[in-house]
Amino acid sequence: MAELLRTHPLEAWRADFERLPGTVGITVEPYVAVVDVRLGTVGAEASAALGVDLPTAPNTWVPTGTGRAVWLGPDEWLLTSTTETPEELEARVRAAVLPLGGSATDVSAQRIGLRLTGARVRDVLAKGCSIDLHPRVFGRGSSAQTTLGQAGVVLLALSDSADDHVVLVRSSFAGYLADWLLDAALEFTSVPLTHDR
Amino acid sequence: MQLIACPWCGPREEVEFSYGGQAHVPYPDSPAELSDEEWAHYVFFRDNPKGRFAERWNHSAGCRRWFNAIRDTTTYRFERVYRLDDPKRGGTELASSRKEGTAP
Amino acid sequence: MTSPFRAPEGGRIDRAGTVEFTFDGQVLTGHPGDTLASALLANGRHQVATSIKLGRPRGIAAAWAEDPGGLVQIEEPFPEPMLLATTVELHDGLAAHGLPGQGRLADVPDSARYDAVHHHVDVLVVGAGPAGLAAALTAARAGARVALVDEQSEAGGSLLSGTERLDDAPALDWAADAVAELAGSPEVLHLQRTTAFGSYDDGFVLALERRTDHLGAAAPKHVSRQRVWRIRARSIVLATGAHERPVVFADNDRPGIMLAGAARTFLHRYGVLPGREAVVFTTNDSAYDAALDLRRAGVRVQAVVDARPEGSPRREECEHAGIRVLSGAVVTGTQGVERVTHALVAPFADGAVGPSSAIACDLLLVSGGWNPAVHLFSQARGRLRYDEVLGAFLPGEALDGLTVTGSAAGVFDLAGCLADGQRGARAALTALAIAPAGEDRLPATPDPVVPTAPLVLWRVPDTSGADGSTSFVDLQRDATVADIARAVGAGLRSIEHIKRYTTIGTAHDQGKTSGVLTSGIVAELLGIPVQATGTTTFRPPYTPVAFAALAGRDRGRLFDPERVTALHEWHVAAGAVFEDVGQWKRPRYYPQPGEDMQTAVLRECAAARTGVGILDGSTLGKIDVQGPDAAVLLDRLYTNLISSLKVGSVRYGVMCGVDGMVIDDGTVLRLAEDRFLVLTTTGGAAKILDWMEEWAQTEWPDLRVHCTSVTEQWVTFPVVGPRSRDVVGAVFPGVDVSNEAFPFMTWRDTTLDGVPVRLARISFSGELAFEVYVNPWYAVAVWQRLLDAGRPYGITPYGTETMHVLRAEKGYPIVGQDTDGTVSPHDLGMAWAVSKKKPDFVGKRSFARPANADPLRKQLVGLLPVDRETVLPEGSQVIDFLADGQLPPPPVPMLGHVTSSYRSAELARPFALALVKGGRERIGDTVHVPVNGTLVPVEVTGSVLVDPEGARRDG
Repeated sequence: MAELLRTHPLEAWRADFERLPGTVGITVEPYVAVVDVRLGTVGAEASAALGVDLPTAPNTWVPTGTGRAVWLGPDEWLLTSTTETPEELEARVRAAVLPLGGSATDVSAQRIGLRLTGARVRDVLAKGCSIDLHPRVFGRGSSAQTTLGQAGVVLLALSDSADDHVVLVRSSFAGYLADWLLDAALEFTSVPLTHDR
Repeated sequence: MQLIACPWCGPREEVEFSYGGQAHVPYPDSPAELSDEEWAHYVFFRDNPKGRFAERWNHSAGCRRWFNAIRDTTTYRFERVYRLDDPKRGGTELASSRKEGTAP
Repeated sequence: MTSPFRAPEGGRIDRAGTVEFTFDGQVLTGHPGDTLASALLANGRHQVATSIKLGRPRGIAAAWAEDPGGLVQIEEPFPEPMLLATTVELHDGLAAHGLPGQGRLADVPDSARYDAVHHHVDVLVVGAGPAGLAAALTAARAGARVALVDEQSEAGGSLLSGTERLDDAPALDWAADAVAELAGSPEVLHLQRTTAFGSYDDGFVLALERRTDHLGAAAPKHVSRQRVWRIRARSIVLATGAHERPVVFADNDRPGIMLAGAARTFLHRYGVLPGREAVVFTTNDSAYDAALDLRRAGVRVQAVVDARPEGSPRREECEHAGIRVLSGAVVTGTQGVERVTHALVAPFADGAVGPSSAIACDLLLVSGGWNPAVHLFSQARGRLRYDEVLGAFLPGEALDGLTVTGSAAGVFDLAGCLADGQRGARAALTALAIAPAGEDRLPATPDPVVPTAPLVLWRVPDTSGADGSTSFVDLQRDATVADIARAVGAGLRSIEHIKRYTTIGTAHDQGKTSGVLTSGIVAELLGIPVQATGTTTFRPPYTPVAFAALAGRDRGRLFDPERVTALHEWHVAAGAVFEDVGQWKRPRYYPQPGEDMQTAVLRECAAARTGVGILDGSTLGKIDVQGPDAAVLLDRLYTNLISSLKVGSVRYGVMCGVDGMVIDDGTVLRLAEDRFLVLTTTGGAAKILDWMEEWAQTEWPDLRVHCTSVTEQWVTFPVVGPRSRDVVGAVFPGVDVSNEAFPFMTWRDTTLDGVPVRLARISFSGELAFEVYVNPWYAVAVWQRLLDAGRPYGITPYGTETMHVLRAEKGYPIVGQDTDGTVSPHDLGMAWAVSKKKPDFVGKRSFARPANADPLRKQLVGLLPVDRETVLPEGSQVIDFLADGQLPPPPVPMLGHVTSSYRSAELARPFALALVKGGRERIGDTVHVPVNGTLVPVEVTGSVLVDPEGARRDG
């Protein structure tokens, strides 16, 4: 039997994303393994077990070599991995944090990621995000759980110049957010978008 | 649009938060031992002061953590916020704080 | 083409360009830079409309948003009611007509775009007049993040209306340099045509930017027409200026009567002569500038009528220019119908008016002093104080993070405004710990003329015999001094009550010219200080804001997010009819060609009961509960015992609030000793996760348990019906799907081409059923495999409507449909799901309250219409007859109501679920349901109507 095909909720939006100018670039992030990690106290023991220094400063993320560790709350993180399957990542992390009173849950499909790049990205985000995205305030390594438009998102800053962000959004809201972003980007593009939605 | 200072995430717009009513009204240790009236007071009765009030808030669109706040109900101003595990408990000096689930 | 009242030179209009527009059907021309008002005046047209109640002619009485007279309806480029001619920028093709106080909404959809933008700054400066520009420069030079917003089309504020000089050059040169400097500062956002209309908590200001209105048909379609700026400022400097205030006298509403400062604006900014022969009536020095400027422009100024006995030191200047100055005199009335023709002027001393004489004029300018624009300060809950000398309300306290500067703070001279703006910005910087720049020079101003004190005069005693009934306070509302006297005579004392009684200040200008006048006149009539009268509350918006602008981009498809499952495109292609379940779009049914909903649902139901059906149940809430104390938490939150559940098994559970009423239900899968998968209702997903977190965080932080939403981590496909075992067995050959190996209420993990899949024997229909769980990345592929395998059995995709019928036939309640927050598990007939072993759980103590044992509580029962035809409307009342079979007299006692009602393929008749008082005791009785005016007899039954023995669930 043929291998099971994967689909992405934003399949139908890719063509419109590709028409956007570089000042408001939107690309769909590839699927990666993601676990939601819960851990009461983060110490050397946890870092050793996980092989990652989980960020303890609120609203930050750090690169881990094979992915990212994103602060979600005082005892909650997202850990991503580009080198493991979701099942492998969950099993490994769960084994590591369980003895420490923690938990790990595969949430690889819970959210999808969009990469927003270009000089106008901050302007697009400012149309629906109430937090201050000035690069001095929200530079590389910053993250925020907040709302963008009417969707809850996790926002990651990838640069110190406010021109490179990743937005993580619940999969069921992906279409809404894609429409929202395309609409917000409209004034920065002279190319009419044809996607009929 | 007020700002509310989440003890972890810092100031965010109030729409990111949800209200949890009066703080420091713990679930009774032994509900079965309470009279109907005492239980009704736990379930249904809360203070409604004019002025300072200890409240529970949840940063529901952010880190999803619950915290407590002292807020003035006449001005809406937040005097301060404090974590649930704050040993000072913040609200003990308030007239509105009270022992668990007992009739006044 | 020169319009008759266009000054030969001057103004900031582009005289080389011509703009053609239509007013009241007449084609007229103006110049780029005109407003509709200035273009009308240039064409000699003062009257714009008639008044709302009295039908009196009304004209342009001010030059901007404070104008109470010039209301227009825009017809082209897009219908928009209730705009002021003074604030509409002229463009080619503009078509408008005057409005008698009320407009008409467009009856076509607005095709323009509107949006909102969040912006954060250290210092927000509102107003780009002298004070605001000085403040913005000071803040910008210090390196602060600055926003400067101003409602006019260009910066300069009062400088645009005058001839002031700074650094020995036209003051507007300085303003242009300031604008250029700000434009070169990377951290400065400078917005013209942007009105700050609301100030709120914590430095939050809303401002409306009119981005393309002035472009007319040339406006680009992909740019928002208007934008709401949501500005969060650490500190705010208000430099909002002041509004000139009229003096009330008899017949003070005729076209041709206008504020003195407005005439200066029309002259200097638009190059318009508002008349040929002017009388200037004033109580202060500022109107002398208008008299002199108009005279220099060629207007015959018949007289300056100064109410002050001593007049002004500028008298000599006027007389030198050939202008007669009448000190100690007032205007008592006017003549003229559609345009003022005469001003009636009389001596005035100690509040008494002498005999009047008429002076011919076609323009009567009035100045009663200046009201600082304290709106935004007051909206931010700043207290106002009345200044006896100025006859105006000023900011009366210092607010954290908000400084009022310039004429908004009662500083009216140019040098003072510049210095005050700088002071305000420096105060803001200091509070923010931002060091001011070393070089921050203010321009040099000429030596100011020392003004004489104004006279505070609200109204001229009415000698016309009309008793104040033509002395207009609020022109838009046709409200007069007589109306205020009537209100006071009726015993009203509060200015808020008088406002509502007279409607003064309730029109679209919100009392910009009438508010303080009313306070003054009320104080006079009551014989109390003006401070004691106070003002009415200033509320946003400062100027009207279109709902379209407030809605912004939250329209159409973006109005409310549509959540969809991974199969959405498949559902669309399959022709599903969708229904909204919260924000989710769920297929309701899949009609085949020619089918209506009833036919389709009966077909889908029959397939699930006799063959096999498949549902996209992915919207079910899913929560992963992990930790050594996971079972403890669930035992405390569910009414039934969860801890005894074996790994590999599933249990149905009910959750209640502390009041003992059902809040959600669903199944729980035990994945490991320390791990559960909790399924909630679609609508309860977020609520129940929050509920678990609330208890875990706030009450039981000692429990070692964590809850994580996995709603979108798994799609869920129930495969339902007697042939479901064949389908699932075919797709997952590695699983022994026999009843012995895979019994009801158990789950098994397997893989499909290496992809993990979880199967669970859960049934929401009473039929043999398997739920298939898989990562949504593979949703479409797995769904297709199931369809392919089911084809021999006629597998039928079904929607939520069929799901509802199937579950209702089994008496399975839907929380939120068959319950409403007042229904306990016992009321639902689910005492079996309430543990008697557990010492406590949330809600348990409430079950012991006497009210919960009342035999007359409403209980869930089934209803079968005796006629076997009527589908009872959901929500219908259930009523009882008297013992003699008669309908009781009104009010007819209600037994309860219908909660769910469907047509059943299985029963071959309609049926319903209902909450009925003492319902279980009534099983077998006949009660009645009123439907469309007739009483439908219905038999009360148990709630389980199909397969009450449960024989089908194992196939």
